[in-house]
Amino acid sequence: MMNDPTPPKKDAAETGDADSLLIEVRDVRKHYDAVHALGGVDFHLKPGEVVGLVGHNGAGKSTLMNVLAGTVERSSGSFRLGGREIGAWSAASAQQAGLRCIFQELSLCANLTSAENTRIVHRPLRGLGWRRRARQVIGPVLDEIFPGHGIDLDRKVADLPIGERQMVEIARAFTQTGIKLRAVILDEPTSALGHEATEQLLAHIRRAAGRGIACILITHRLNEILAVCDRTVVMVDGKVVAERPTAGLSRAALVELMGSIERPRDRSAGKAASVRAPVIRHAGCDTADLTIEVGKGEIIGFAGLDGHGQRERLRAMFYAARRQREALPGAYVAGDRGSEGVFSLWSIADNLTIRSLNALTRGGMISSAAARKLAETWSDRLKVKAPSIDTPILSLSGGNQQKVLFARALASDAEVIFLDDPMRGVDVGTKQEVYRLIRAEAENGRSFVWYTTELEELTNCERIYVFREGRAATRLEGNAIETGRILQASFGGEHV
Amino acid sequence: MSDTAARVSARSSSNARPALLNALQVGLPAVALLVMLVIIFSIRPAAMSYFGFHLLFKLSVPLVFAALAQMMVIMLGDIDLSNGAFVGLITCITALYLQDAPALALLCYLVLIAAYAGFGLLIHSRQLPSIIVTLGMSFIWLGIAVILLPAPGGAAPVWLAAFMSWQPPLMPLSIWLAALAALAGHLVISRSSYGAVLRGAGGNPRAVERAGWSVIGIRVTVYASAGLLACLAGLTLTGLTTSGDANVAPAYTLLGVGAVILGGGAFTGGVVSPVGTVIGALTLSLAGSLLSFLQVPPTWQIGAQGVILFLVLAGRVLLSERAR
Repeated sequence: MMNDPTPPKKDAAETGDADSLLIEVRDVRKHYDAVHALGGVDFHLKPGEVVGLVGHNGAGKSTLMNVLAGTVERSSGSFRLGGREIGAWSAASAQQAGLRCIFQELSLCANLTSAENTRIVHRPLRGLGWRRRARQVIGPVLDEIFPGHGIDLDRKVADLPIGERQMVEIARAFTQTGIKLRAVILDEPTSALGHEATEQLLAHIRRAAGRGIACILITHRLNEILAVCDRTVVMVDGKVVAERPTAGLSRAALVELMGSIERPRDRSAGKAASVRAPVIRHAGCDTADLTIEVGKGEIIGFAGLDGHGQRERLRAMFYAARRQREALPGAYVAGDRGSEGVFSLWSIADNLTIRSLNALTRGGMISSAAARKLAETWSDRLKVKAPSIDTPILSLSGGNQQKVLFARALASDAEVIFLDDPMRGVDVGTKQEVYRLIRAEAENGRSFVWYTTELEELTNCERIYVFREGRAATRLEGNAIETGRILQASFGGEHV
Repeated sequence: MSDTAARVSARSSSNARPALLNALQVGLPAVALLVMLVIIFSIRPAAMSYFGFHLLFKLSVPLVFAALAQMMVIMLGDIDLSNGAFVGLITCITALYLQDAPALALLCYLVLIAAYAGFGLLIHSRQLPSIIVTLGMSFIWLGIAVILLPAPGGAAPVWLAAFMSWQPPLMPLSIWLAALAALAGHLVISRSSYGAVLRGAGGNPRAVERAGWSVIGIRVTVYASAGLLACLAGLTLTGLTTSGDANVAPAYTLLGVGAVILGGGAFTGGVVSPVGTVIGALTLSLAGSLLSFLQVPPTWQIGAQGVILFLVLAGRVLLSERAR
């Protein structure tokens, strides 16, 4: 029925041999400037195998999958597909090789219908009657995976509820026209699916595996991994730390594997934190949501998996603190520098003093002498590496831009400083400097509320709240703050 | 089983109302066009004839093509502010060279279309805002046009002027051309399989890139076709005015944007309707005539035209809010 757009023919013969590897990568590395997203990963996939990939935020799971799918170019390392060495790799060649990826954020075109979105990934769907054929390609797959889904294939994706969009995207990845489908990567595919649809998907993954289609499943819901995967790969900090057959593996064992690297801690232990009266009390939305208390001079951490409501709570606390009349002055350090942190066309000095303009005003005008003095003092204190404070902020490296944002908060009169995962993508040296500064400022009586996705940063905190499903679910204090317990709390309470 | 059936039927009945509102939203410019025609015919029944239609829509032909050119660019989520100046430049080249040195004229068209594609490439590869780049381009086009033809002049080729005054059977030429352009646009953009990819590239370029398409190739193609359509606008305009003028069409830029939005397009990209755009262009060009028929003094006409545009757009916005 379809015309054949030249798939690499000789591989088909090779994959017929069940023992040969479909995908084999060795020592794959990926770095963005100074940040190492992948630090030498070995990974392989057999035809028809289902592999689960787990790890905390930023462990490099998505980067590895993007490398396989051709959407991110690897910095180094070898990549063999069906026994053939692959040089340059691209999304187009991954498609040609029958490798599909369901990305974490939806990659459907919302302005098109489901049928049209099917056409986007299938080149043979063209010419007269392509619309009908596209429906015939996606429809049966959708019916097979999610029986009784009731999705109108000629409706714009934008008009579908989020769960149905996810179903369409999943079904699209399993469709086949001219090219033989060989592997599907599913990155958090169940985040928007209901219970029933999740079960249907997991059943389908097993069915597909029976037909020789390999699957890589990335999910934070460990029960799903245990239910369908043949093998589980655990990643920590851009490296594969463990690889086990799933049979006989338990949730607890998996969590333990993820926290297998114990980090050195240099916390001044034994601080009697709870003695001081809290300067902020922020009640949760219901009884399951803990009240967050911040004492003077305390560093409070928000932990948990990314996107479980930490940022929302942090902002709610910041705005709540501002609304109160006699409230302490607060400052907010944004993590997303580009969109909510820096004024990209301004100099360092302008960026640094914007939070302190009231204090710098003399007779209704900004005193430029006072502003320069403040900017110079703080850019020295944070060791911002720049020729002068008049340098445009965008000419600085990411880490130094972040230092300027820290300086903006620290130079102000703020007594409570809210940190929104500010050290993301910052090099280790800068991080250590900023950690020291935060601890020193806390000694001086300033309080910090710190949302971070990096586990090691939490060791700077006196008390942390682990978030789960939009709520502050667990409170850990003092010596109880350790990787294992944080992971346990992040993944815990799973109901599947 | 019956449970599923009930769910499905409930779903389809709840779809009916938004579908109706959607149709109304798409049909609104057509309704506006009809209302204007009815007003004109009630004032001047003689206009309801082949020749009346010919006069009413004569000047809409270039605007239809210019609006379709704008639509291509808006489809990608960009905007083209150089459209009107480019049409002016094409009229100058056409009036100067097409009669005596057709090869040179063709070469000029090709170079200019390639330049359009090149600017598309520049916008894509440097991630520049199209509004700035095309604003700069508009001055370049205007400058070249003024150098070529400092004062309005030149002459359209005889065959071009003859074609534009040709009176084909059944309908005036302007209506034929508008219908053909709408049909071709509909087939290519709304119906064809490549059209789906083009609209997808406007809606979610990352998704299209991940599916293995070259988004940069798509952008270059789309800008080149926008250049080609703007060339057609310039050619037909020269055929109507029979001379070249650098400043003949600056209004086309924003009238074209108005036509695209009126016809159901969105600035976010990916959502455009060629048929709607053509109807929008006809509506906007008819608005001027309507005001003359209503004997609105010329000093007020531009403002009144703005009011009409505003009313129709407001109607669309209200309908789309209802549909949501």
